[in-house]
This record gives sequence, C-alpha cells and structure tokens, in this order.
Amino acid sequence: MSNKPVYTIPIGPIHPALKEPILFTFDIQGEVINAVDFAPGKVHRGVEWMGMRRNPVQIVHLCDRICGICGVSHTLAFARAVEQIAEIEVPERAHYVRSIIAEFERIQSHLLWAGVAAHELGFDTLFHLAWRVREEAMDVIEYLTGNRINYGIVQVGGVRRDFTEDQFPRIRKALETYEGLVNKLVTLFLEDTTIKLRCMNTGVLTEKDALELCTVGPTARASGLKMDVRADAPYAAYGDIDVKAILPDVYADCIKGDVYDRIVVRLFEVVDSVRIIRDLMDQMPAWPVLWETRYAKILSTCKKAEGEAIGRVEAPRGECFHYVRMNGSEAPQQWKVKASTYSNQMSWLKILQGEQIADIPIIVASIDPCMSCTDRVTVIRDGSPDVMTKDTLHRLSVEKTRRLQA
Amino acid sequence: MRLSPSFNRSLWVFHFNSGSCNGCDIEIVCALTPRYDPERFGIKLVGSPRHADVLLVTGPVVHDMADRLRRVYAQMPNPKVVMCIGTCGQSGGVFFDSYNLDGPVGDVIPVDIYVPGCAPRPEAIIDGVVKAIALLERLEEKK
Ligand code: SF4
Repeated sequence: MSNKPVYTIPIGPIHPALKEPILFTFDIQGEVINAVDFAPGKVHRGVEWMGMRRNPVQIVHLCDRICGICGVSHTLAFARAVEQIAEIEVPERAHYVRSIIAEFERIQSHLLWAGVAAHELGFDTLFHLAWRVREEAMDVIEYLTGNRINYGIVQVGGVRRDFTEDQFPRIRKALETYEGLVNKLVTLFLEDTTIKLRCMNTGVLTEKDALELCTVGPTARASGLKMDVRADAPYAAYGDIDVKAILPDVYADCIKGDVYDRIVVRLFEVVDSVRIIRDLMDQMPAWPVLWETRYAKILSTCKKAEGEAIGRVEAPRGECFHYVRMNGSEAPQQWKVKASTYSNQMSWLKILQGEQIADIPIIVASIDPCMSCTDRVTVIRDGSPDVMTKDTLHRLSVEKTRRLQA
Repeated sequence: MRLSPSFNRSLWVFHFNSGSCNGCDIEIVCALTPRYDPERFGIKLVGSPRHADVLLVTGPVVHDMADRLRRVYAQMPNPKVVMCIGTCGQSGGVFFDSYNLDGPVGDVIPVDIYVPGCAPRPEAIIDGVVKAIALLERLEEKK
C-alpha cells in the first residue's frame, strides 16, 4: 500500500459530481484518499458589499438571493437583526407565518437533498421519486407566497402576505400527503441494501470532531450533538411550540456519525416539520402581519436606528447567522453573513480522509453543502487570488474592529 | 413546428453554474424530474460539455468563472445553442452593482436564448428549450 505513488487529482470547479462550483484537490494513493484540500469562492458575488450600499427594505430581496434553496432563512435572520436594532415590534401572526414558511422550506430542502444524495449514489430512480414528492411542498410554497423560489415574503417588521382561512385546507392536504409518504420514504432510503452498504460507516464524523470543527445543523446532530437553534434560542413562533433536536437514535440504536445517520436525521426532520406546521396552524393568532405597511415609515425608522444586533436562524443546513450594525444612515454600516455550510465545510477534511474515490460524491454531498450561501470572502489582486494566512486574517480583523470603534 | 430531425438525435443539455444563487439551478433540475418530464422527448442533462447540444448558463458570471465559461463554451461541438436562464445572467439582476462580476453572460459568450425570471418557472425553461430546438434545426439546415 505505502509504496504506491501518490496522485493529485483536481475535481471541479465544474464537474458532474458537484452541484456547485468549488475546487477540490485530492491526494490519492491507489483508491484511497490521503489528503483533501478545497478552494471555495467560485460563486462569490459580493453580497455583503452590495448590502452595505442599500437600505434594509432592498436588502431583504438581496438576502433571498443569497441562496435559492434557503432564501427565507437568510432573510429571516437579517430581518431579525434589523428589527432588534430599530426596536420594531413584529406582530404575533407574522411570527407564525414566518415559521410555517421556514418549515416548508426545510421540507423541500431536505427532500431536495435526499434526491441529490440518491443521485450521488447512482440510485436515480430514488432521485426522481424524491424530487416528485418535493413538488408538493413547492406547490404549497407557491400557493402561499406566489413564487416557487425566492419567495420575498419576509419584510422588515413582518411578512408581506397573510394566510387566509380558505388556504388552510390546501396546506393540510400537503401535510397529509407527507404523513402518508413517511413510511415509504423511510423504507426506500433506510432499509435499502445498497444504501446501507454505501452509507453505513462511510464519512464518519465523531462527536468530538463535530464539536471541535464547530459543525452545525443536521451534520452536527448526526454526530450526536444536541443542538438546534429552534430549541436552544427560539425565534419567531418556535417559543410557543415544542421543538426538539432530532438525533439519529430516533431510528437507529447507536449514533455513528456516518452518512447513513445524516440521512436519518434529515428524513425525520421532515416528519417533525410536518408536525410543527400542524401545531403552528392550530395556534395562529389573528392578524395584522406587518408592523407598518408604509415603506417610507419602515425606511425612516431603520434610518434612525443605531446599534448592532445578530439574527440566528436554524436554516435547513444548520445555523444561519447575520450580524448587522447600523449607524443612523440609510445603509447598514456593517453586515456579516455566516451561512451553515461555512461552519460545516471544514469537516470535509476529516470525513474524506481514508475513504475511497468512488465515495467522494456522496460524502461531499452528505453535509449538504451550499456554496452560494458560503462564499462571502474572496481576495483578488491583479487577477490572482491570494492565500490568506491565519496571522494576516487576525491582523486584518483587529484593524477592522479598531476602525469600527473609532 | 417541425420537431423530427433534431429529436432524432435527442437534445442533450449541459448546465453551467457561473455564480448563481442556486434558485435557477434547482428549477432546471426540477424541469427534468417527473412532474415535467422532458426526458420523454430525449432532453437530458449530461456531465460533459463535449456531449451537449445546448448550454444552460445560470448566474451573473463572477470573475472566477468567466474564463471557465469560455472554455466550456469552446469545448462544445457545433451546432450549439446557449441559453441564459434567469434575470441575473441577463442584466446582473439584484447583483448588478457587484465588484466581482465579469458578466452578464452575454458579455462573455454569445447567447441565443434568454429565459427571464428570478427564478423562471420550469415551464418557462422548457419553453426556452423548445425554442432552442427550432434554432438548432435552422442551424442544421444551414450547414
Ligand atoms: S436569476 Fe434569480 S434565482 Fe436565478 S440564479 Fe439569479 S438570483 Fe438566483
């Protein structure tokens, strides 16, 4: 084994196994991966920079487009931060509308992921099935918000559309569809021999590593870390209902932290989301849904606001974190977005090591990476990207803090 | 519309993400799954630009991806059709004032068909592909 030569294989940025542009470099010995490196930043659009030149009402639409899959999570986190700074009281019902949409987003995102995972395993029938049942959630999202992607429903101070009573039967129908599908999906994904063979004991992330690498969301929960922002620091309407972090032991008897456990967590989160939506619908208070309907008033309130705040939201992929600082001008003085994949991506280095080449796609996909969420910083000088060392980054961050404090 | 000649060989598409928000990419995959099922007409996503007749580009072309987009375009055999999916590939969309854009797509490679929308519905994407077929037929006749 050890006298085999080591080959370096680049994969990406455009590669059929990757859904988004990112460059991996693998050191391969025989069939086994020795070391991994990756270079993100291929979809960097400078969202934060643009945001610091726009006002909060415009930024919510930019937030939607940070990521097309978990748009509402980013917008919600940003809106929460701004609402805290400007001391805007969000009406009760708006919290419920936000949470219901966020849960539908979780359902569609997890089913999307389940399909992609099946595709990466070469199980295309299951991929098509998962995407077909996902359409039900997309239909409801479209029915409620008017758009399939980038819903644009969250606004600073509330939501832009209310749900009416006559829309509830359609929502309930979708929930019933999913309740009826659960057993089928569990059988297809979790009892399938091929999936078991390919996913069990592959890409193992131990609990200790998961903690040390600061993973979040389903990736962390699959390794046994009990963390879920909805339960730990309830936002929107999650304080009123019962939310628990889903760990793989709901299905298996022990927690291994492998790819299989990540499938378990995501599938059972879909089940839990259905229950949460039901609970939320039962308790929905009466309207209004917007703190203020006139944009001019929202804008002038935001313009007067001074201070800093953070917004934390449990996105389908894990914690999504927005930091906003306003200094009494139209645009925020500082806006920082930390998406869940940013925390999760470092675990690739651990979980890919020692695995086979053929397992690369499924292991990479298993943390449900979303590069468009993540790519916030890229350094380009004379057209060539610079590599930043830890020391430089630290120095820059100290300098920036000083600048902000001055 | 006369569908036969191009359909004989089936239309294969290659998808290129040039820095999109994923919204359009997902709608493209949605358009290929059972609800819409264009695979019955032979429309299929392929893994290499060398096999493709149509290039679907999403996103506003960020600096890092511009050169790659040109290379992928050059690798495709003739006759080829380029479709730009989504508003941000046409004008930059919400990202219009970003410092990291080399796009929109039309500035980097020649585009034949634009499908506007942020994100466009799968039906709109399929409609665009149908237009691409007509265009391919015309290109084929000219040869
Ligand atoms: S057009 Fe809109 S949905 Fe499509 S990639 Fe661009 S920002 Fe995303």
